[in-house]
Amino acid sequence: MHPAPSIIAFTTLSGLGFGLFFWLGIGMPGSTGMVAFVFFAIAFALAGGGLIASAFHLGHPERGLLAFTQWRSSWLSREAVLAVATLAVMGLYAIGRIFLGTTWVPLGWLGAALAQGTVLATAMIYAQMKTVPRWRSILTPALFLSLSLGGGALLAGQVTWALILLVVAGALQLAWWWQGDRAFAASCTTMASATGLGAAGQIRAFEPPHTGPNYLLREMVHVIGRKHARKLRIMAFGMGYVLPVVLLLIPFSHVMGALAVISHVAGILAARWLFFAEAEHVVGLYYGKR
Amino acid sequence: MTSLPTHTQRKLGLVIDLDTCVGCHACVVSCKGWNTENYGAPLSDQDPYGAEPSGTFLNRVHSYEVQPTDGAAQLVHFPKSCLHCDNAPCVTVCPTGASYKRQEDGIVLVNEDACIGCGLCAWACPYGAREMDMAAKVMKKCTLCVDRIYNENLPEVDRVPACVRTCPSNARHFGDLADPGSAVSQLVAARGGMDLMPEQGTAPVNKYLPPRIKDRLDQSDQIDILAPFLAPVTDQPKGFLGWLDKALDRL
Repeated sequence: MHPAPSIIAFTTLSGLGFGLFFWLGIGMPGSTGMVAFVFFAIAFALAGGGLIASAFHLGHPERGLLAFTQWRSSWLSREAVLAVATLAVMGLYAIGRIFLGTTWVPLGWLGAALAQGTVLATAMIYAQMKTVPRWRSILTPALFLSLSLGGGALLAGQVTWALILLVVAGALQLAWWWQGDRAFAASCTTMASATGLGAAGQIRAFEPPHTGPNYLLREMVHVIGRKHARKLRIMAFGMGYVLPVVLLLIPFSHVMGALAVISHVAGILAARWLFFAEAEHVVGLYYGKR
Repeated sequence: MTSLPTHTQRKLGLVIDLDTCVGCHACVVSCKGWNTENYGAPLSDQDPYGAEPSGTFLNRVHSYEVQPTDGAAQLVHFPKSCLHCDNAPCVTVCPTGASYKRQEDGIVLVNEDACIGCGLCAWACPYGAREMDMAAKVMKKCTLCVDRIYNENLPEVDRVPACVRTCPSNARHFGDLADPGSAVSQLVAARGGMDLMPEQGTAPVNKYLPPRIKDRLDQSDQIDILAPFLAPVTDQPKGFLGWLDKALDRL
């Protein structure tokens, strides 16, 4: 799949933002006033900024309101509804914490649940795709949720929870890569099943429909980036999981905390790039590519 | 509403004969010609006369080489357009309700005025049947020429999809695949019509007829009658070429 920068930025940043919303919603940290303002501002910037980045991906963003209508069937629509609901509930909750010095506990818990619901909906957009075997796994939402909670805990200064959740997310990341590398073969979709010509003999793509490229090849058959996949995986895992955990284990200071956040975000951006670049869509089989 | 209908009264679709398709791409041209000036936004081209031309097509013809374990390789031309699946994954992922499957005839369509151009339906389709138009920024797909098949302004013979009407080798057939008595259903039954990627669970309406085994001249007995006459009579050049061969050898 084509790794669109807007989508990579959106899923990474909004995942972090909604993770931070979760911890703020359950009152960890339960600060009020100016300190709360800084926390909420970071969460809104990440979650809201991610949503705006995703709008750049649309051909007709001016019709975006229609995307709130099909929540019964579409995970993308559910994501839109949940994201806006989270921002609205957390906005109200933030007013209480920042300006009134009061914590509306039920509202916070509702916002926390909506925030993780949004991350789940984002993950399900990918996990539902039968056409991309690497994504179609229960591990995809598990990885997205653990990353959101772990990254959110990192931003919220919840060192113990961040340590636990980043280790869990790292383990899920390894499991996701392991199963993803086997998923295409396990899906049983091959050139033989795509063309129905398997019984006749060995199939080879002789000639593509046109000599030039097309939308399908640009969007769904991305073969360039995989050359360095192994090195990138090591970098993503080292920066996204290992280094933040090491930095959190040494006695806490704000400098180390900031370094852990920067390293984590850089690593997750690399992992998210691989999430798309390594994902093979079955339509590539019709072109003799994967 | 992007939920799928539980049942469609008819299942209009295509039956494509891989045995008779000659790979002339006439269906591709007629499809683009009809659909660029009728239903919805035109099918645009980018850099059409430049170094890297590309464009929107609702129907494309692939070609595959099939090498049996013994005997000669066969070339199979393979037209591919929307298969109007019963269980269309492209419809349910649409966040705006722009994509829908019609209850009355099973045709999968896009309401282009409601399409936000997110491209998710193209991701969900395993067949590559949907393409985003780069000029209009909306999703385009085969409409089964919905503006021809019910069009009473056209002579009756023309009330079929443009690709079917134009195919010079009769490799494309149009009809109701829910009716077991229809010509297309009988064709599917007689020739062993198949689904593409059945493991994807899309339940496509369009069927493909597998190519028949081609003549095996290399395995036939008949060739032996002529073989002695066709065998080379000499390996050595004679006359001028023979002299030249010797002369060059001596150099």
